[in-house]
Amino acid sequence: MSKFSLITKGLLKENPTFVLVLGMCPTLATTTSAMNGLEMGLATMFVLILSNIVISLIAPVVPDKVHIPVYIVVIATFVTVLQLVMQAYTPGAFKTLGLFIPLIVVNCIILGRAEAFAGKNSVWDSALDGIGIGIGFTLSLTVIGIVREILGSGAVFGWKFISGDGILAFVMAPGAFIVLGYLMVLFNKIAKK
Amino acid sequence: MAAKSTLTNMVLCLFGVCFVCAALLGAVFVVTKAPIEEAAAAEARASIAKVLPAGGEISAEMPSDAEGIGGYFVQTSDGAVTAYAVKSVAGGFGGPLALMVGVLPDGTVFNTSVLSHSETPGLGAKCTEEGSRFREQWKGFSGALSVKKDGGDVDAITASTITSRAYTKAVAQAVALVKGMSGGSAVHSATATHEPAQKTSVDGTAAAPKTKEDQL
Repeated sequence: MSKFSLITKGLLKENPTFVLVLGMCPTLATTTSAMNGLEMGLATMFVLILSNIVISLIAPVVPDKVHIPVYIVVIATFVTVLQLVMQAYTPGAFKTLGLFIPLIVVNCIILGRAEAFAGKNSVWDSALDGIGIGIGFTLSLTVIGIVREILGSGAVFGWKFISGDGILAFVMAPGAFIVLGYLMVLFNKIAKK
Repeated sequence: MAAKSTLTNMVLCLFGVCFVCAALLGAVFVVTKAPIEEAAAAEARASIAKVLPAGGEISAEMPSDAEGIGGYFVQTSDGAVTAYAVKSVAGGFGGPLALMVGVLPDGTVFNTSVLSHSETPGLGAKCTEEGSRFREQWKGFSGALSVKKDGGDVDAITASTITSRAYTKAVAQAVALVKGMSGGSAVHSATATHEPAQKTSVDGTAAAPKTKEDQL
């Protein structure tokens, strides 16, 4: 597999949201606006890249029977680092994403990539895989966020183009499922061609 | 490729990974401790300043036992109390609704702001929108503290009566606390209900409890 395709497969063939359908909890809950989706995606990407790198480094010396606890400790460490750093330097973003930052620990994308890829591949490849999947996740969340913000609040990235409210349902949970469902259909239709 | 899963290997490996991770977390915690406290303090200062008249000095946080009150701050100018900022919590639709309420010594609301909430986006969460009619009505509010549906003077948010009631209750708690403090300390016989007649005496003497509490 070429180095370039390691990144692009995260965008299309193995898109974590629309194809692998992983990490649905933050996907549905944090995409009420484009900015929230983008921030959540970037936060996840940060943890994903670092944990992929470290796990691919330590994998050869980790005994099989304890590899899951070891991976979880590594992931939880990076999530806590991220949490502290966000609390200190971007308190606004930390407040909106709130509970979903600590929940990155149990995001299946991260443990999934650690298991399926980083544990078996070189450091460099694992880093690229983290970047690819991370960008794919970030873009998917941002797109869902943009659609929900346009329909639900009549705005894009906080810039309002209609006065008053949009269709409220799209800001709430049902809208998240509807938008995700339609985007999944659209994505798979385009990707299959 | 992986090391053998013997007991020694597993214990050593887990110990090593946990040790390194704990050390890393400790280091990050030390580095970010000051900025986190700074950010929290800046946020608290901003939320207090928003609900009080400009100028004056703001005291440190005072504790309070009153129901729903999380503490309050006293604003003084040349030794006289000019306003109070009260942290007040009431049960909203989705969970606790915490407000910062600025109250003048005579019990008039100066301004309010939302500290934290879990109301429904697009419905109850509208109580966080600055400049909305619901929020604007609190500036200088001195009417009956219940929503119009319950016979008061507060315009509720459309389709969010429970949130509006909680908001009103939180403001009422703050006003009651301030009235209790300034009324009680001014004259023993004075009741908090006759504000116009009592107002001057409250303003004149309200500095006394402030200095007393400062020493505590």
